[in-house]
Amino acid sequence: MSSLQKIGVFVCWCGSNIAATVDVKAVAEAASHEPGVVFATDYQYMCSEGGQARIREAIREYGLTGIVICSCSPRMHEATFRKTAQAAGLNPYMVEIANIREQCSWIHRDMAEGTEKAIILAKAAIAKLHLNTPLKAGESPVVKRALVIGGGIAGIQTALDIADAGYEVDIVEKTPTIGGKMAQLDKTFPTLDCAACILTPKMVEAAQNEKIHLYTWSEVQSVKGFVGNFTVEIRKKARYVDETKCTGCGLCMEKCPSRKTKSEFNLGLSNRTAIYIPFAQAIPNVPVIDTEACLKFKTGKCGICQKNCAAGAIDYEQKDEIITQQYGAIVAATGFNPISLERYDEFAYSQSPDVITSLELERLMNAAGPTKGVLLRPSDHEHPKTIVFVQCVGSRDTTDCGKPYCSKICCMYTAKHAMMIREKYPDTDVHVFYIDVRTPGKNFDEFYRRAVEQYGVDYIKGMVGKVVPHDGKLLVQGSDLIGGEQIKIDADLVVLAAAIEPDKSARPLATMLTASMDTNDFFTEAHPKLRPVESPTAGVFLSGVCQGPKDIPETVAQAGAAAAKVIGLLAKDKLVGNPCVAHSNELMCNGCATCENVCPYGAIGYIDKEINDHGRREVRRIALVNEAVCQGCGACTVACPSGAMDLKGFSNQQIMAEVDAICKP
Amino acid sequence: MVYSYFPGCTLKTKAKDLDAYARRSAEALGVTLEELPEWQCCGAVYPIAQDEIATRLSSVRALNSAKELGHPLLTLCSACHHVIKRVNEDMRANEDIRGKANRYLELAEPYAGETRVVHYLEMLRDGVGFAELKKKVVNPLKGRKIAAYYGCLLLRPNDVMQFDNPENPTILEDFIRAIGAEPVVSALRNECCGAYVALEDKSVPEKLAGRILDSMRDLGADSVITACPLCRYNLYTNRREGHPPVYYFTELLAEALGVKEAN
Amino acid sequence: MAVNPMELRDTVLRITGVNPRKCMKCGKCSGTCPAYDQMEYHPHQFVAMVEKGDIERLMASPSVFMCLSCFACVERCPRGVEPAKLIEGIRLAMIRQKDANHMTMNDVPALLDSEMPQQAITSALRKYAK
Repeated sequence: MSSLQKIGVFVCWCGSNIAATVDVKAVAEAASHEPGVVFATDYQYMCSEGGQARIREAIREYGLTGIVICSCSPRMHEATFRKTAQAAGLNPYMVEIANIREQCSWIHRDMAEGTEKAIILAKAAIAKLHLNTPLKAGESPVVKRALVIGGGIAGIQTALDIADAGYEVDIVEKTPTIGGKMAQLDKTFPTLDCAACILTPKMVEAAQNEKIHLYTWSEVQSVKGFVGNFTVEIRKKARYVDETKCTGCGLCMEKCPSRKTKSEFNLGLSNRTAIYIPFAQAIPNVPVIDTEACLKFKTGKCGICQKNCAAGAIDYEQKDEIITQQYGAIVAATGFNPISLERYDEFAYSQSPDVITSLELERLMNAAGPTKGVLLRPSDHEHPKTIVFVQCVGSRDTTDCGKPYCSKICCMYTAKHAMMIREKYPDTDVHVFYIDVRTPGKNFDEFYRRAVEQYGVDYIKGMVGKVVPHDGKLLVQGSDLIGGEQIKIDADLVVLAAAIEPDKSARPLATMLTASMDTNDFFTEAHPKLRPVESPTAGVFLSGVCQGPKDIPETVAQAGAAAAKVIGLLAKDKLVGNPCVAHSNELMCNGCATCENVCPYGAIGYIDKEINDHGRREVRRIALVNEAVCQGCGACTVACPSGAMDLKGFSNQQIMAEVDAICKP
Repeated sequence: MVYSYFPGCTLKTKAKDLDAYARRSAEALGVTLEELPEWQCCGAVYPIAQDEIATRLSSVRALNSAKELGHPLLTLCSACHHVIKRVNEDMRANEDIRGKANRYLELAEPYAGETRVVHYLEMLRDGVGFAELKKKVVNPLKGRKIAAYYGCLLLRPNDVMQFDNPENPTILEDFIRAIGAEPVVSALRNECCGAYVALEDKSVPEKLAGRILDSMRDLGADSVITACPLCRYNLYTNRREGHPPVYYFTELLAEALGVKEAN
Repeated sequence: MAVNPMELRDTVLRITGVNPRKCMKCGKCSGTCPAYDQMEYHPHQFVAMVEKGDIERLMASPSVFMCLSCFACVERCPRGVEPAKLIEGIRLAMIRQKDANHMTMNDVPALLDSEMPQQAITSALRKYAK
């Protein structure tokens, strides 16, 4: 290797994480013999202040031109060590990380093998570093506006916090109103305050905040751009009611003759009109016409709502509208739904109206619900005297019907339901089948125990095997594992704690955002512990259940955390870009457009340029990379048939040098 | 429509009706059933243990004959259907069983689960179609309230049987509607009747079948239909006062098609 | 004949392909079992006892012959444990021993009636004898 680099190598023990499987001293010793290496050492925690101080001292003392850190994954601490290098006067891109933890010590058991591999990884990093050149990051401006996708409690809270810091923020909500699932709930655990009482003021606050703009009955259609500068198209679906004219008087709904559509908000437990608002406190208080139910749209006849609207707000000709807007940051707050129970018919959900989900029970207990808060069972509107709750329906289920994870909220809301029913109707027998009762959280276990000890709720360790509707009753057959018997309960109402899953809109949204998801369609966080509200995609943040099951307090906390991260981003005037971007060698480029076709960021364009090709002058069409847009993914460098495209900091030559170093004996 | 037909032992002895009505109905529907030559008993129960090869061989022989004849293999008895369909899946997906069975049978060409196994009801639903069946009904069973009893063998395990929704099946109810009657739906229609334990301990089917029949009676059923000879036996022999009679579904099919009496 | 219980367990697991460790002890199998009342040990106990190698007690119990092979526990298990297969494995471990058949051909005529289908007889013999 014939470069003029003076290289220092720093081998981290990571406590015992690396040192237990890799002989760190042997790695430092081996590295010290590599060409260009003038200093090599090891230390217990290289990322600690003591470790960083050693690096800074060595850079100054030995006049190092580049450093190799043998440690954890660059995803963990590359940024840390780049800052360390910069502090000592070194260009931050003269730092290479050899990952000897995730890709070595954690996956090997044998010390000799682990050490051998660590040495090879160190040598590869050294070989690459010889070809590194100092890079300077460009800057890009930040659009001081945020987009929040989803208008439930997560989205509302995030928007309020961002607006509070003085930034413009838009909420896109696909249903006709903000409020989300929380608006459907009756009481909230563990304090039993009414959901509407604490949510609706926040909805009003969001609507009245001059920094917040609501796009309800709207969906994100496309996302382009990058952190600080996203361009988003929002489809504002036709409401057929002019929001600027409607006064929310409600006369249209009173007069609408089409009254037999199941109310989505009441989960089918009541009917609504074709022109409707989902619930009385909806925001905006502007109805929307359901064209599938509306007689005017179905038959061309009717038009009663238009005739009765004094404000002249009804507009059957309204079209979808596309709004294009720039944003600096995007927050996903797309929420959840209970899973469909059609594949759990052993519980007779589709066979009896008296087998309901817990969310349906919320509506039946809600003072603003279809029964005005009086608990009546759906079939005959009688008071149920014996109620059976079944937990974990579809949760912790590894078959293809269910979800392998714990839905987290069910133990608490079931305890809440059981307690509230015993409180309001003390003559009701309440049984809860549980597998485990999981109540970690402030005042949570106390709450559950109160349901048992104070309210006499009968908790049965076991699972229901079958529910048989018979003669107006529901015969519940289940196991009582503590009592050692198969028990049969004649119930009047069965309530199933259905697993929750991410909203179906999350997957296509993740594709638009190039944000990653796990196998259950929850958004993946940038780091499960240290960056829990950020997506690995820069500028995309996560709020609420779209990232994983959580209750209201956790959702609100996470919503605030996501807002803080957004504010931190929007507070910057400029963002330092990533200098590891693609560039095209204009002598080799033949303008074939292969790179343009593979670029996921639209960063490549073409220009006609006069080229001096070894004395021959001619105008050629060549590729030009917009460095502000390029994310350095490298797809173009692989696709380029003439080898003209290369990536700064990861050039073909550098990669080959690494491969050579690994392969050489 | 031509099928290779596997009647099975019970249909040749105690359940001759099930077989005869099925054949006459198929003819009326323009479906040709060609009885498989030299078929042997399926074994009646599926050999769960993966190291049992010999007990799978009669099914493999039947499956292979059907393959050679180039027709799907049609079954009628629930037990035959269950055993043959599951053995077929073993031959398709379980390399060890496939290898051993083929080595033992020394077939001209190894068998690897190629034959499609179709139950008579599936033939009605997917081959003929219930809408088409309805058109061919000459004697609709108007006013009859019929409860379907599925039992276990057609439905479970669903990942192999792929017959219908295992917890809330509809194929027999759709059949009942097609022949002009009204289905009565009991949630116990997929709970076990007591099965072969009937041989040793009569109290088990007495209790289980009794519960099922109670439920169907209370729902107002005037008759019960099933596809399984053992289910029919357990239900039939455990009927008490007020319990509806139990028929093979093919008997009502033949009645509706006007071919109940042999020409 | 002294048999190493762990070897017996491994045989049962091998021939059935069941992994009892997948069980989360919810009890749905025993909540669903139609033969529960006839059993001394119930489906969830079979799973737990096999995992511990406590197999000889299961083999000595009439419970093994009460399973109806209805597969309801298999269909409804949220973890794919397949308790019915395990019970079958125990039954086989038992009848595959010398002279350990639960029923023989000679027992059958006394149990028959005129309506009993062949299917019942064949099934029972397959389940009870080797």
